[in-house]
Amino acid sequence: MTLHADLHVSRASGFRLDLDLSIVPGEVVALLGPNGAGKTTAMRALAGLLPVTTGSIRLDDTVWDEPPRVFVPAEERFAGVVFQDYLLFNHLSALDNVAFGLRAQGMARHPARMRARDWLAKVGLEQFAGTRPRSLSGGQAQRVALARALATDPALLLLDEPLAALDASNRLHIRAELARHLGEYPGHTLLVTHDPLDAMVLADRIVIVEEGRVVQAGPPAEVARAPRTDYVAHLVGLNLYRGTASGTTVSLPGGGTFTVAVPASGAVYVAFPPNAVSLHATEPSGSPRNCWPVTVAGLEQHAHTVRARLDGLPPVLADITPVVVAELALAPGTRLWATVKATEAVTYPV
Amino acid sequence: MTDQATRGARRGRRRGRLPAVLAVPAFVGLAFLVVPLAGLLVRAPWSTLTEQLLSAEVGQALALSLVCASLATAVCVVLGVPLAWLLARGDLPGRGVLRALVTVPLVLPPVVGGVALLLVLGRRGLVGQYLHDWFGISLPFTTAGVVVAEAFVAMPFLVIAVEGALRAADPRYEEAAATLGASRWLTFRRVTLPSIAPGVVAGTVLCWARALGEFGATITFAGNFPGKTTTMPLAVYLALETDPGAAIVLSIVLLIVSIVVLVSLRDRWLRGLS
Repeated sequence: MTLHADLHVSRASGFRLDLDLSIVPGEVVALLGPNGAGKTTAMRALAGLLPVTTGSIRLDDTVWDEPPRVFVPAEERFAGVVFQDYLLFNHLSALDNVAFGLRAQGMARHPARMRARDWLAKVGLEQFAGTRPRSLSGGQAQRVALARALATDPALLLLDEPLAALDASNRLHIRAELARHLGEYPGHTLLVTHDPLDAMVLADRIVIVEEGRVVQAGPPAEVARAPRTDYVAHLVGLNLYRGTASGTTVSLPGGGTFTVAVPASGAVYVAFPPNAVSLHATEPSGSPRNCWPVTVAGLEQHAHTVRARLDGLPPVLADITPVVVAELALAPGTRLWATVKATEAVTYPV
Repeated sequence: MTDQATRGARRGRRRGRLPAVLAVPAFVGLAFLVVPLAGLLVRAPWSTLTEQLLSAEVGQALALSLVCASLATAVCVVLGVPLAWLLARGDLPGRGVLRALVTVPLVLPPVVGGVALLLVLGRRGLVGQYLHDWFGISLPFTTAGVVVAEAFVAMPFLVIAVEGALRAADPRYEEAAATLGASRWLTFRRVTLPSIAPGVVAGTVLCWARALGEFGATITFAGNFPGKTTTMPLAVYLALETDPGAAIVLSIVLLIVSIVVLVSLRDRWLRGLS
């Protein structure tokens, strides 16, 4: 029962999505990408809300979409969808929202409500059965939406930014709970998100899309270790450069070189985390490290560190402590020297 | 605190001062709308009012008006809500043209509407001849004809109000219903209709009020037969020539009915239109 989707969707605006995707039962695949990358388009195509232009969607030997012959509309596809803003029916109670799909599929009122009550209990909201969606908190609404999507036992579960509408204080807890429910769900799950943490925590495999194309796919750890585009590197907090290696020296096309520990040749990526970068007020002497002058372009405060954007050849991101910011009196325009140990710079072939 | 209060008061005053260019026409307009209604009340034959109100003709005309307007409204709801849905959600070509056609009766003089109805539904009309020959149905100059005339004139009000509500309603809720396995009909009943209920109510009230006051198309298509097709507006017009006092009484009755409906539905009405 593998879901195979070979999605090609062209829009009048000229946007084009090309996405080849397989999901095995029980697997959670995260579709990760910036806004406008085509994630929602992919989700709508899988849900049956948008026909693909060419290609196909099939669940084992059931064809859902294969122009020009087959298009199974959403109401016959039985894909459960959790929408970004949940889209709970405001005139129905939480219980009737969850029972809606069962009723739509012909179940009588009483058994449908019993099943819906079970589902509300599973997401810990039994006592909110009679509550209207407007009176639920964001986290509660999300759980009702999840229960509503799962109540019909869909073969495919689609989650569109399920945590985006929640405030940061709730997100951690609800993300953990969502992970538990996804772990129990035996079907195919596609999670659409722009938040790398959601993808890392919830997914077995990450597919990264940019401008309608897959730029990288793999298990979360692998993607984090070896990002292939600036976007991915930035997402997982890595400095990433593409250059040409000759021995332990990698030359970058935009200017600058890196000395790396492991010899390589040809086109390679060089990657190192921002916390591998040290900053100095004057040129440090006497070490065989990567060392080059930079100018502070911006400072971003994170939880315990400050991420400095530095212009230079090449530009680089550095994570430093607030103490260092104070000691070096960092401000946009400050001129510094950046160093990176050769052992910290990892290369991998393009 | 005092400073603030003074400043607040001064700002209030500045905002309160209306420019004469706007204020004068505004008050003239207000008077123009209100004075005729007041005149109606001033000139009412209060001494004989109850007697006249209870007279057979008034009762007959009022009952006929209420029944016909309500039936016409029912027809409009049954046909107009689906039509509004088609215009707002149907993916058929030429929707703009259809929408324009639907609104034609809004701007068409009702008398012209009546003539058009006669040409189509009259005994020798395009459709009417078959109705008559095959089913023995003849609509002109009957109570049913009144309902048809009123529905023709009033339906666009309902369609436009409901279509506006549909366009304002988020269609993604309907998509959510579809992903849960709901057919379009079920989605319409359980999701769309509840969400546009205020708009439907507003449209129904508008439609009913328009049907109640319908004159031109009714007199053209249904004629003027007391007890059969003489609705209140027709009775008012006729009474004006013979018995102005009675005309005033009838007018007041219509005015009261309109105000009662407006007030009783005001909350929903305003919510639906805003």
